[in-house]
Amino acid sequence: MKLHEYQSKRIFAEYGVPIPDGDIATTPAEARAIAERIGKPVVIKSQVLVGGRGKAGGIKLAQTPAEAEEVAGGILGMDIKGLTVQKVLVDEAADIRAEIYLGAVLDRGARKVAIMASSEGGVEIEEVAAQTPEKIVTVHVHPLLGMQGYQARQLAFGIGLSKEYIPAFTRIAQSLYRAFFESDASLAEINPLIVNGDNQLEAVDGKILLDDSALPRQTELASMRDPDEDSATETEAREAGLSYIDLDGEIGCMVNGAGLAMATMDIIKLYGGNPANFLDIGGGAGADKVLAALRIILRDTRVKAVLINIFGGITRCDEVANGIVEAINSLNVKVPIVVRMVGVNEEEGRQILADSKLPSANRLSEAVQMAVAAAKGESK
Amino acid sequence: MSILVDNETRLLVQGITGSQGAFHAQQMIQYGTNVVAGAVPGRGGQWAVGNTPVFDTVHEAVNTTDANTSIIFVPAAFAVDALLEAADAGIKLIVCITENIPALDMACSRAYLDATDSILIGPNCPGLISPGSAKVGIMAGHIHTPGNVGIVSRSGTLTYEVIYALTARGIGQSTAVGIGGDPIKGLNFLDVLQMFEQDSGTEQVVLIGEIGGADEQVAADYISTEMRKPVIAFIAGQTAPPGRRMGHAGAIISGGEGTAAEKIEALQSAGVAIARHPEEIAELAALNV
Repeated sequence: MKLHEYQSKRIFAEYGVPIPDGDIATTPAEARAIAERIGKPVVIKSQVLVGGRGKAGGIKLAQTPAEAEEVAGGILGMDIKGLTVQKVLVDEAADIRAEIYLGAVLDRGARKVAIMASSEGGVEIEEVAAQTPEKIVTVHVHPLLGMQGYQARQLAFGIGLSKEYIPAFTRIAQSLYRAFFESDASLAEINPLIVNGDNQLEAVDGKILLDDSALPRQTELASMRDPDEDSATETEAREAGLSYIDLDGEIGCMVNGAGLAMATMDIIKLYGGNPANFLDIGGGAGADKVLAALRIILRDTRVKAVLINIFGGITRCDEVANGIVEAINSLNVKVPIVVRMVGVNEEEGRQILADSKLPSANRLSEAVQMAVAAAKGESK
Repeated sequence: MSILVDNETRLLVQGITGSQGAFHAQQMIQYGTNVVAGAVPGRGGQWAVGNTPVFDTVHEAVNTTDANTSIIFVPAAFAVDALLEAADAGIKLIVCITENIPALDMACSRAYLDATDSILIGPNCPGLISPGSAKVGIMAGHIHTPGNVGIVSRSGTLTYEVIYALTARGIGQSTAVGIGGDPIKGLNFLDVLQMFEQDSGTEQVVLIGEIGGADEQVAADYISTEMRKPVIAFIAGQTAPPGRRMGHAGAIISGGEGTAAEKIEALQSAGVAIARHPEEIAELAALNV
């Protein structure tokens, strides 16, 4: 789950990281009031969960409260990469003397949290990694010990920070690590961490990604979810206990298991089709889940054919078949559905489906070719 | 021959009285696995799935039954506690089926486990099976057949698909290990490949990977430099979009890293035969028989 910039920065601030004075506005009048309270030039920043807000015109300066109102009016309601701006952050404009990158990320290879710093702040770290990797300094934190002072100093000296900033940087780096660890983050970034006009370090932009598996115990953070992060369909799927991702193709897929779902998408592509979605019904799905999954797939008007691929195990083929029959009876199905079902209770499943006369195959590659042909309006 | 589990396996089921634990304990017993005990706090002294004794603690279960392997079916909130208890009681092989364990909990647990003699498989995995001798997992036993192909995979049902195709072609398996789909886990591709390379009962190996991370590349390094047995691979997620987690917590292309293309390239240059779809693995394996 992604957090907005303002949410991320507030979390950093709770751990003692200095952030600019500012607040969130949903109307131009609120933006004006915040700017009046701050009493200095402000920056108006759209809060949408995509990168490239600046380039899209979603971040602008305002010298006066009146200008803040006008600028906020222009940004609120704007469309940035398909997302409508609902909120803006009104922050005191920073006097930037230097920009640093500071980030924490779970390093799966090292099985530790990696803390990275770079003197090249303000740009995407991936870009720095590609062009000047020597400008990134990394330390790995032992999960049972936490981040040590010497590790923060390694980063600070490593990026050539002059010594008057070392104590503040050390505190900020250790705060970032604690914020990361205690929030169950998979990524926490301050970019840029600036040296401001008063020679103080300050986090002017921030980003946190949370580990979805930890959300049940991070209830406060989980409640910060922006419903716009996912499409309405993805939210509906999540609530039904399905793992669904919208794609661009014409063949809707329903599969049990994430690996098999990805493989099914790949085979569709191999045989000349394009998957309309990733959909994993999970292990042990009953008829209800299957019905919910088919409802979601069939609502997508781009879908020209549906491929159901079930390898029964914990998931029983007869349960899935019941769900398919229920879907056919209750939904207005206009596209061909190809079923491939093997494993536990496959015979019972086939019996249940026999009356519906759905095209089916035992071999996966054969089923995929049937679905690709069906989507093109050919029967095979 | 096989790796990790066989006729010597004495299995403890943690969470044996839950619905998943009870069902799969029954299935494993039916397959012929030597299930010696269950552990559920507060249920000590009871019997589960027929005549399996249940103990309050893992220590007690180990002391009484000499269990050497454990499989964990407890909910995510208690799973880390369960696997640390197993390690502390001296269980040599711990298989954690539970999914949705927070990654930082796994980072802490691995750091602890690395200092013990215990080996972890999973979490969020289907377990492992040595066909004909022991099934320590949730896979359907009947699709497997004994033989000499070793399988190591990050996914569950996709592995069944491959095994189904192998068995249909009359190609049996030595051991199939599902290492799980989480970013931080126990055994990895590299560890299992090393075991297969040493195992006299394994003549070739199938590796089933997916997007995310760089474990397949690490495996490719080992295959090209150390491994003599032939390896066949399939990588799922060639059509997956970057930045979207594809079901498994570990299956995400982030910062342009972890794509199927880079994994396939690394494996190919290590001399691994790449299957374009799961059923093709059986055809490629038949060439080595």
